[in-house]
Amino acid sequence: MKRAAWCLPLLLSACAGPQQSALDPGGSHAQGTANLWWFFSVLLGIIFLLVFGAWLVPLFRRNRGVDSQLLEQTHRPPAATEWTLAKRVGAASGVTVLILFGLLVASIVTGHAVSQPQSRANGMVVEVTGNQWWWYVRYLNDDASRIVVTANEIHIPVGRPVLIRETSNDVIHSFWVPGLQGKTDLIPSRVTTQWIEANQAGRFRGQCAEFCGLQHAHMALWVVAEPEDKFESWMNNQLKTAVPPSTPDQVQGQQIFLNHACVLCHTISGTTAAGQVAPDLSHLASRFTIAAGTLPNTKGNLAGWIGDPQAVKPGNHMATLPLRSEEVQPLVDYLESLQ
Amino acid sequence: MTPAQSPPLTAPELEEREALRRAWQHPSGIVGWFSFATHQAIGMRYIVTAFVFLLIGGIEAIMMRLQLAVHDNTLLGPHLYNEIFTTHGTTMMFLFAVPVMEGMGVYLVPMMIGTRNVAFPRLNAFGYWMYLFGGLLLYAGMFVGTLPDAGWFAYPPLSGPQYSATKGVDLWAQMITFTEISAMCVAVELIVTILRLRAPNMTLNRIPIFCWSMLVQSFMVIFAMPAVMIASTVMLLNDRTIATHFVNPAEGGDPLMYQHVFWFFGHPEVYIIFLPALGMLSSILETHTRRRIFGYPAIVLSLVGTGFVAFGLWVHHMFATGLPQIGEDYFTAASMMIAITTGTQIFCWIATIWTGRLQLTAAMHFIFGFLFIFVIGGLTGVMLASVPLDLQVHDTFFVVAHFHYVLIGGALFPLFGAFHYWFPKFTGRLIGERLGKISFWILFVGFNLTFFPMHLLGLKGMPRRIYTYSAEMGWEPANMLATIGACTIALGGIVFMVNVIRSRKRGRVAGPDPWDASTLEWATASPPENFNFVRLPVVSSRTPMWTPAQDRVTVVGLRNDRREGLVTTLVDAQPHRRFVFAGPSIWPFLAAIGVTIGLAGSIVQFSWYYVAAALGTIAFIGWFWPRRPFEVQP
Repeated sequence: MKRAAWCLPLLLSACAGPQQSALDPGGSHAQGTANLWWFFSVLLGIIFLLVFGAWLVPLFRRNRGVDSQLLEQTHRPPAATEWTLAKRVGAASGVTVLILFGLLVASIVTGHAVSQPQSRANGMVVEVTGNQWWWYVRYLNDDASRIVVTANEIHIPVGRPVLIRETSNDVIHSFWVPGLQGKTDLIPSRVTTQWIEANQAGRFRGQCAEFCGLQHAHMALWVVAEPEDKFESWMNNQLKTAVPPSTPDQVQGQQIFLNHACVLCHTISGTTAAGQVAPDLSHLASRFTIAAGTLPNTKGNLAGWIGDPQAVKPGNHMATLPLRSEEVQPLVDYLESLQ
Repeated sequence: MTPAQSPPLTAPELEEREALRRAWQHPSGIVGWFSFATHQAIGMRYIVTAFVFLLIGGIEAIMMRLQLAVHDNTLLGPHLYNEIFTTHGTTMMFLFAVPVMEGMGVYLVPMMIGTRNVAFPRLNAFGYWMYLFGGLLLYAGMFVGTLPDAGWFAYPPLSGPQYSATKGVDLWAQMITFTEISAMCVAVELIVTILRLRAPNMTLNRIPIFCWSMLVQSFMVIFAMPAVMIASTVMLLNDRTIATHFVNPAEGGDPLMYQHVFWFFGHPEVYIIFLPALGMLSSILETHTRRRIFGYPAIVLSLVGTGFVAFGLWVHHMFATGLPQIGEDYFTAASMMIAITTGTQIFCWIATIWTGRLQLTAAMHFIFGFLFIFVIGGLTGVMLASVPLDLQVHDTFFVVAHFHYVLIGGALFPLFGAFHYWFPKFTGRLIGERLGKISFWILFVGFNLTFFPMHLLGLKGMPRRIYTYSAEMGWEPANMLATIGACTIALGGIVFMVNVIRSRKRGRVAGPDPWDASTLEWATASPPENFNFVRLPVVSSRTPMWTPAQDRVTVVGLRNDRREGLVTTLVDAQPHRRFVFAGPSIWPFLAAIGVTIGLAGSIVQFSWYYVAAALGTIAFIGWFWPRRPFEVQP
C-alpha cells in the first residue's frame, strides 16, 4: 500500500482523505474552473509538444540542408532560406496571438460565470472573519434572533447560493475551499466577497492560503453541504442556548471553565462566559474538528489540546491553563456535552 | 571547432600593450584591493559573491524540503521554517539572481561593445560593496538570533510592528535598500556604457543581443527598483521604526497599497532576472549554430516589448484581493501578452538551430534544458494569467512549481550555460565538457523531480508556506519525491563545483577565442587584460569576430599612458570625443561603509540616518575631490 502510494503523484486521480482538490469540484463554480483548467492544460500541452518537438528536430537531422562550408564562410544561410524562415516565424507568432486571444476569451467568460451565483433567489449570507489562526463564522439574518455564530465550520444547504462576506481581525488571510470556489483574501479594514454553492452533499475542506504567521499551516475549516432539512435542523440547534450541564461531572466541568481564564476569550451562551477573541464554544460538540481543523473532535484530543495547546499548534494564542490533572476530565466532559 | 587564430601582435602593438598595462595596473596592497575599479574585477566579485549566496539559498531550500518530506515533521518547527523560507526567497531574488545577472553584465558588456571599462568605474565599485554589505546585513540577523520571517514579500500587517515585533523584518527591509542601490548603480552605468561607449560603427542594430537585454533590463531596474524602496523602506520600515501609518490598517493605513507598490516592482523583477538570461542564450546559440541568429530585429523588439509590458501586469499577483473584475480582465490580457514576445523569441531560436550547424557542447545542453523547462513554466504562466484558474492555484504549490520552472529554467539554466560558455574567457581555461554534461543531466533530472510534483500538490490543495501537513491530506508521496529531487539538484551542484575547481586548475588552455565566436569579447585575451583591447576595435557588422581578420580595423590615436576611452554617438556610434575613465579609489568602499553604518544603525535608532548623511558626505567629498584631468594615472 505504501509502495503503491509512490505512483500516486503521477496520476491526477482523486486522492483519498479529505477533499481539498481543485479538480474534484462539488459545486458549479469550482466545476467551471476545473473545466477551464482541463481546456487550458490539453491545449497548452499540445503546444508544448509541438514547440519542444520542433526544437529537438535538428538533433536528429543535423547538418542536413545546410551547406556547412558556405555557412562557415558567410555565417548565414541563403536569402531564400531566411525569407522562408521569416514567413514561418511570422506565422507561428500570429497563431500564438490567435490562441492567446481564444484563451483570453475563454478565461474571461468562465471568470465572470464562476464569480456569480446562477440565481440569487434564496441566497444566504455568511460572514467569515479571519483571526490568527481560526475562522469566526456568523450567519447573517434580517431577524436578529436567527443570527448564528460559530467557528471553523460552515454548514450550507445543497443548491442554495451562499455569499461569503470576508474580513480579518489581524493579518491577511485567504478563504479557500477548493472543492467549491477559488480563494479570496480576508483583509483587515476591507470587506471582500465570494459566492459558493454546493450541488451535492458532502464535506469540503478548506485552508488559509495567505501566509499569516506561525500557524498558517494549521488554519483549516470545513464546509458541510447538506440537504435543506438537515441544514435547517443544524441551524435550529445552533440557535439554541448551550445545553446546561446534566451530570455532576459536567457541572464540575462548567465550574472549572467559568473559574478559569477560559471565559476571557470564549463564549458559551447561557453562562457568564462571553469572551469574543476566540471561537464560540456554545455548540463545540457539534463540530467535528477542534483547533481550526487541526484535530478530530474527540475527548482525548480535546484533553490534549486544553492540557498543552502549544504542543499541538506552537505559537498559537491560546493560553496554557494551570489546570490540575483531575480537573481536565470534568472540563472535557462538559465541553463535549455542548451539542 | 577550429578557431581562426588572430595574428600575433606587432612590435608597436606590444609597446602599446606595455603602456596600457602600466596605466591600468591594479593598485597593490590591501587598501589597493578594496580600490579596484575595473569592470572585470568588479564583475567577477559580483558573480562569485552571488554564487556564494546561491549556495546559502540552496542549503536553505534543502532544509525546507527535509522539513516537508514527511507529514507532521518537527525537524524545523514553524518559526525556523518561516525564517528559512523568507531568507531563501530573499537570498535567491535579491542576493543571487539579480546581482549575478548584473555581474555578468558588468563583466561582459564593455568587452562585447568594444570599450575598456564601464562608464563609471567607481560607482560600479560602490554598487558592489553596497550589495555585499546588504547581504551581510541580512545574515547578520542570524548571529543576533533574528532573521526575517514574514515572507520575501513581507505583506503588512503581518510584517508590521504589531505582528512582527522582532528586528528581522527591519533587516529585510533595509537589505532591500542596499541591493536596490546596488542595482541602480549598475543600471545607470550600463545604460551609459551601452549607449555612449560602443566601438565606432557599432550602430544600434549591431549591438550584441546580450547587451540589448542588459540595456532593457537596466531601464527596467531604474523604473522598478524605486517602487520597492518606497514599499519596503518608506512605507514598511517607517511604519515600523517611526510609526508612520502608510500601510498599517490599525492606524488607517492601507495594506493593499503596499501590495500594489511592491508588485509594481515585483513583477518586472522577474524579467529583470530573466531578460539577461535570454540575451546570454542568444549569444550562446549564435556561436553554437555557426550562423547569425535569425530574426535579430524581432528578438530585440521582443526584449524591449517585454520591458514595457512587464510594468502592466502586476495585479495578477493580487487577483485574490477582490479587485473589480473589469480591471482584472485587463491584467489577464496584459499577462498573456508576455507569451507573444517570448514565443517570438523561441520561434527565432528554433529557426536558428534548424538552419545552423549545431554544436552540442555542455553549454548547449543547458540551453536545451532551458527550453524544456522554460516552456512548461511559460505555459503554466498563461494559466496563472487567467483569473478563475489563478484563484484556485494562487498561493499554492502550483505557483511554487510555476516560478521555479520560469526562474530556474528561464534564468539559472541559461546562466549555467553561459558560465560554461564564458568560462574560458573568465579563467583562460576550458571547462570540462564531460563533467559539464554530467552535471547538466543530474540537474535537469533533479529539477523536474523536485518541481513537477508540486504542480499536482497545488491542484490537490496544498498551500504555500505551510510548515507541515497531516498524513490524511495525501500530500506525502509527492513531497517525498520533491525532497529526493532537491537532493539530486544538490548533487548536480556539487558536480558543477568540482568541475569548476578542476577546470580552473587543470583545464585545457583556451586562447582568446576557443569557440570561434562572433562577438568582441573574444577579441580580448583570456582572461582579459584590465584594458580589454590593445587597440579598440572598429566594427563593420553585427558579428565582428566573423569578419575576416584582414578586414578588421582598429582605433589608433588614443593615449595609452592613462585610462583613456572613446565616446561615440548614440545611434550611429561615430567617434565623438575622448575621455578618461576614473581610476581606482578607496573612497567608494569607504562611502559604502559610511552608508552601511548609517542605514544599519537606523534600524535601531532613527538618528543614525544623520550619521549616514555625515559619513556619506565626507566619503563623497573624498570621492569627487577634483584632480587634474590629464594627470598620468599611477
